[in-house]
Amino acid sequence: MNVELRDIHKIFAAVHANNGINLKIPAGVIQGILGENGAGKSTLMKILSGFYQPSQGQILLDDKPVIIRSPADATRQGVGMLHQDPLDFPSMRVIDNFLIGHPGELIPDRGQAAAQLEAIQQKLGFSLRPEAHVDTLTVGERQQLEILRLLWLGVRVLILDEPTTGISALQKEKLFAALRLLAQEGKTIIFVSHKLEDVEVLCHKVAVLRQGRLIGEMLPPFNITRLVEMMFEKVITLGNRRSCCRGEISFRLNALELEDARLHIPGVSLEVQGGEVIGLAGMEGSGQALFLRACAGLVRAVGGHISINEHDLTGKPYHTYLEHGIAYLPAARLEEGLAPGMTLTEHFLLAGEARGFNIDWEQGRKVAQERIADFNIRGTPASPIEALSGGNQQRALLALLKHPLNLILLEHPTRGLDIESSIYIWDKLKERCAEGAVILFISSDLEELLQYSDRLLVFFSGEVSSPLDAERTTVEHLGQFIGGKGWAA
Amino acid sequence: MDSATLLGLAGVLAAAAPVLFAVIGETITERAGVINLSVNGTILLSAMGGFAVAVNTGSLLLGFLAGALIGALVALVIAFSSITLQQSQVAVGFVLALVCRDLSYFLGNPYMGASGPRLPSAPIPLLGDLPLIGPLFFRQDLLTYLSYVLIFAAWAYIFKTRPGLMLQGIGERPAAAFARGADVNRLRYLYTVIGGAIIGIAGPAYSLSVKAGWKGTISGLDGIGWIALSITIFGGWNPLRAAFGAYLFALLQWLGLVLQPSLPGIPSQVLQVAPFPLMILTLLLVNIGNAEWVERALARLPENTRHALARLLRSLRAAPPAALGVPFEQE
Ligand SMILES: Nc1ncnc2c1ncn2[C@@H]1O[C@H](COP(=O)(O)OP(=O)(O)OP(=O)(O)O)[C@@H](O)[C@H]1O
Ligand SMILES: [Mg+2]
Repeated sequence: MNVELRDIHKIFAAVHANNGINLKIPAGVIQGILGENGAGKSTLMKILSGFYQPSQGQILLDDKPVIIRSPADATRQGVGMLHQDPLDFPSMRVIDNFLIGHPGELIPDRGQAAAQLEAIQQKLGFSLRPEAHVDTLTVGERQQLEILRLLWLGVRVLILDEPTTGISALQKEKLFAALRLLAQEGKTIIFVSHKLEDVEVLCHKVAVLRQGRLIGEMLPPFNITRLVEMMFEKVITLGNRRSCCRGEISFRLNALELEDARLHIPGVSLEVQGGEVIGLAGMEGSGQALFLRACAGLVRAVGGHISINEHDLTGKPYHTYLEHGIAYLPAARLEEGLAPGMTLTEHFLLAGEARGFNIDWEQGRKVAQERIADFNIRGTPASPIEALSGGNQQRALLALLKHPLNLILLEHPTRGLDIESSIYIWDKLKERCAEGAVILFISSDLEELLQYSDRLLVFFSGEVSSPLDAERTTVEHLGQFIGGKGWAA
Repeated sequence: MDSATLLGLAGVLAAAAPVLFAVIGETITERAGVINLSVNGTILLSAMGGFAVAVNTGSLLLGFLAGALIGALVALVIAFSSITLQQSQVAVGFVLALVCRDLSYFLGNPYMGASGPRLPSAPIPLLGDLPLIGPLFFRQDLLTYLSYVLIFAAWAYIFKTRPGLMLQGIGERPAAAFARGADVNRLRYLYTVIGGAIIGIAGPAYSLSVKAGWKGTISGLDGIGWIALSITIFGGWNPLRAAFGAYLFALLQWLGLVLQPSLPGIPSQVLQVAPFPLMILTLLLVNIGNAEWVERALARLPENTRHALARLLRSLRAAPPAALGVPFEQE
């Protein structure tokens, strides 16, 4: 289906999120959309898929002007969107998720639906079990389910908003193969991403947005430096690897044994120097999140010992971990790390040292102002946290970290962030390392793991590798290791 | 089994019928993501109202319809204030629970002790003659039969039909349901009102059948609604499990009566009240797997026992609809 956007504007109260965007996407093309955080990519995609109405402008499908009233209306007209956080029902089964919203008779024929699910997924090379509960699936599999569902509904334009941020390298390959196949069939694919290397290998054409405007388009071969310049108005280079290891051991795990409903992690022993960064790699659900939560004191180990600076923390409650300068930044920023509805000032007040019973608002605002400037957050002390863009929420989380810290535990520290923000965040984290803090972080981004870690632990269904030297590991090797290849039996 | 016990157990099934209506009405409402906390007041008001209508018109059917209408209207107030006005469902529901209760006592004064119609027993031919099963299940009144049907109908609707799947969806993740074409707020209105109507039938089910008549504050209906709310949770928002809870509650109440003569040392009030704390205890047991100290206690057990116990606790645990009580704003 040919898609054309003509002079699209979208104005939110104070923000001109889309400003006169013109874009033509012919059928069979994989169109990449690039842009920094807050550039207006998601807004544009939501307009095309019926979540927002444009303030002005026109959408044409197969050269006919259309009005798209709602997401369901969009699917009826052949446009389906895959959200970064899949819009599905985690507590329900795959087959139910597949069926909900599909038109048909009162009592759906589950057997038939399962057969059709199977038929489409065979073509695309996916393998989901219809009876599995969606909350046991990885983000990548949930995406696959959404793609299958939208195709079953007959969409001919598939929009993917940052589909590669939370998925493994293997799943990414599968996804790309499926998207190429769909494009060959004449479907239109729109691919929004921050990852230039993904856009480079997949897209037939790229458009760059900045501050709501379409800056330009590019056809292959893509000039990456030029693309980055279009995105940020300046040239950005990845800093050199630098290590802040101090030599003396600060964080120690002794035969730490963990267990939850699905996984058993047999004894992990590890000695980490002050200032060292350890990357935790592995497919989602391989045990790295459990491991990190155990280091944070949120999960009790079934065996072994944890100590920091020679203080034994085994079996101690969470607040003891906090007292020893351990901080944990979860992936679900808004659910676990920040308090939606509260302003930046209130967050800084909450995180600060409690002195006295009354709130010192003056002081709070001053601190907030300082940190906002220091961390380059786009927002004001009075901004409620959920009004910030993803990148700025992440900056706020970092700005909330106490001083000094001994151990910082991070889940996907730069997920969903643009290159500039990612570099910025790691600069700030490395500053902490220089002060002696140990960092353990989970990421599904192999480049990030290799670029910023000193050593790597790879997780594979509860097995933990011995630490790898990040400098001597390649992306290919790491990818295979994560996928389960190269493990001693 | 002697015939007295059999009769008693048949009575348990009949006595559970009103609780079942309340629990299933609430289950449907909460599945849609709305909490109707007014159940206790609704039951009292519809018991009184249904009775009054039946007395005045001489029609049992109109009595039951009046009960359903009262339930639907109370639910409409909750829907309007929580969905349209986005006020707290808990606060509004709680106030309604109190207001409706007092209103029923006040408006019911003229009908205190009045004699009214009562739903007759309607044994089903053939089925009613079966040994054991016959007297237990099939020599009941129409309402009790309806309660059996309701359990399975509600279960089949929620889990087996397309609109039922969407009902689960709007309570689970309204944004995703909206993306799939559901008019979330309209559906929430609809299910809240339908659920309220079903809850409303519980009232006349007492005043026109199980505890026929209206006796104001000594009708013995106060508190049932709160139990119904807890059974909804205990039932994991599943009509089959909820039915089990409702029958358990009725059984406990009956046991309290039966055991009274054989336990003279225990004051009768204790036995009458005992089912309430017992229900709460059951609730606690069912959800105990959530507690951290249990996890810690489990961690000390040998591996096999630990796995088995953990699995058992997990299967008992039921997660509420994720968006229960959370308003939804369409953009
Ligand atoms: N519902 C909304 N109300 C008010 N402002 C909004 C809303 N949605 C987006 N914005 C603002 O519009 C701008 C564009 O946001 P959008 O989400 O489209 O950016 P994006 O390019 O997708 O960024 P990211 O890479 O971080 O996902 C931002 O400044 C954002 O704060
Ligand atoms: Mg976005």
